[in-house]
Amino acid sequence: MDAIVKKQLKIKACNVRMGIIEGVYNAKSGHPGGSLSIADVLTYLYFHRMNVDPKNPKWEERDRLVLSKGHVAPALYSVLAQKGYFPVETLKTLRKSDSILQGHPSMKMTPGVDMSSGSLGQGLSVAAGMALGAKIGGKAFRTYAILGDGEIEEGQIWEAAMYASAKGLDNLVAVVDNNNLQIDGSIADVNSPYPIPEKFKAFGWNVIEIVAHSFDEIDAAFQAAAEFKGKPTAIIAKSIKGKGVSFMENDYTWHGAAPNTEQYELAMRELYAELAELEA
Amino acid sequence: MADIIKTATRDAYGKALVELGSVNEKVLVLDADLAAATKTGMFKKAFPERFFDTGIAEANMICIAAGLSTEGYIVFASSFAMFAAGRAFEQVRNSLGYPHLNVKIGATHAGISVGEDGASHQCCEDIALMRTIPGMVIINPADDIESRAAVFAAAEHDGPVYLRFGRLALPRIYDENYKFEIGKAVKLREGTDVTIIATGLMVNEALIARDNLSEIGISAAVLNIHTIKPIDREAVIQAAKETGAIVTAEEHSVIGGLGGAVAEVICESVPVPVLRVGVEDVFGRSGPAVEMLHIYGLDAATITEKAKNAVAMK
Repeated sequence: MDAIVKKQLKIKACNVRMGIIEGVYNAKSGHPGGSLSIADVLTYLYFHRMNVDPKNPKWEERDRLVLSKGHVAPALYSVLAQKGYFPVETLKTLRKSDSILQGHPSMKMTPGVDMSSGSLGQGLSVAAGMALGAKIGGKAFRTYAILGDGEIEEGQIWEAAMYASAKGLDNLVAVVDNNNLQIDGSIADVNSPYPIPEKFKAFGWNVIEIVAHSFDEIDAAFQAAAEFKGKPTAIIAKSIKGKGVSFMENDYTWHGAAPNTEQYELAMRELYAELAELEA
Repeated sequence: MADIIKTATRDAYGKALVELGSVNEKVLVLDADLAAATKTGMFKKAFPERFFDTGIAEANMICIAAGLSTEGYIVFASSFAMFAAGRAFEQVRNSLGYPHLNVKIGATHAGISVGEDGASHQCCEDIALMRTIPGMVIINPADDIESRAAVFAAAEHDGPVYLRFGRLALPRIYDENYKFEIGKAVKLREGTDVTIIATGLMVNEALIARDNLSEIGISAAVLNIHTIKPIDREAVIQAAKETGAIVTAEEHSVIGGLGGAVAEVICESVPVPVLRVGVEDVFGRSGPAVEMLHIYGLDAATITEKAKNAVAMK
């Protein structure tokens, strides 16, 4: 990937992370850990890969994204705000009773959200439906589903995985945010879905493994997925839960907890320092 | 003459889908490996390119239907009531109901008249489940004519609809000129002493009960409520005011279905006696469909008895 583009994406991702912290801090609840782990992939998708128009969120030809791990809505909202779907200031209203930003995504309330989600395990089926619809209608748009590694413990994910490959939905890409942690602890300890790549391969998918925080690897994976014909692609993205905020990294207790004022200020200081370094 | 033509509402559903598919290219049909039984197989034969079998995975089917509907398709997703409303309840609630997507659930083999398959397949809870989802429309047709009309009306309606069909062949109630409107009850017979409010296959039983009652000097009105949600509140209230007693009749649990819906309206507006005919909070069992209906009291005789009791309570 071009060095200037990469730098711009890194700056964007840093701003996205600030929006996540801002939202969760003001809401006094939410899911920062998994939001931070998927922030780079979502930033890449909306700023470099997906064909979307913030001025026309319902544009029929747009690429679709289903945030199946809907609890990381703060990450999606922050990306959508950066992209111009609504003001960045709106992020501070996250989870408030008169906000357009629900605790989990609502396609009826937030511009840019392609599908309501939040109940784990359903989004890959919905994305498969969208991809199938594109095939039926001869449309060129592509559909992306963002899954959690804990989420794939849900059986419906594998119903959808079976279906998508049986129907050859090569316009569908699933990303598994493999941060290795779920609410109750390590996914290996709770109810291990490992080995993940082998499972998707066995279900007939094209599988690519990457580091979720390397824009070079992210870019190469999505480019390869776009060129791959005949099968859907699963990108298994090894990530760090809480990535970008030192005290949240690799700590499952930050799955669904908001920072207090002191922690918020510390997190923002770290992110501002990173931003200053990137912009230097 | 009315009972010469007998058709299962699932057959009428299959035929209506083909008819609808031929005039509306946006109609897609999904099934979960039960196309021969739900009768969506007819659509599959007529429009194979618009039919999708998701295999034995009902939760997946409901969510695929949701995804397809976001692109402007009118999607009919079919399975047995037990699996469409029961197994996939949470998918229907969160992936169809919450985003109010334009998917029509064609649920067949509803109720105790599934017969020999027994309790695991006799779904008497589906109306109760679907009623609790905001914005869901629930239609339980009484014959083949009403089934066809319901399919076309559902396609015109923007939002999720639960269509409830049965396996047992039923006598025709209506003629070809029948005008169907979602949410509008149909007064089939006038009466002064009691109103029998029925839905689905119990509509015909209500008409028989009405004749039985008239022989013993009780004048019963008969109201067909094909749309259980949104319920026709005005028609229910008017029935209570005019006759002062109500008997409901449905092939569903007495909990949460038509009887529950009617009782809620009556209690809050014109309190009069409401007695419910339905499955009395028990599981069914294997046996011939018609026998099952009699064993569980889903027949004209039970409606007649309850109507007498309701009149006595006035």
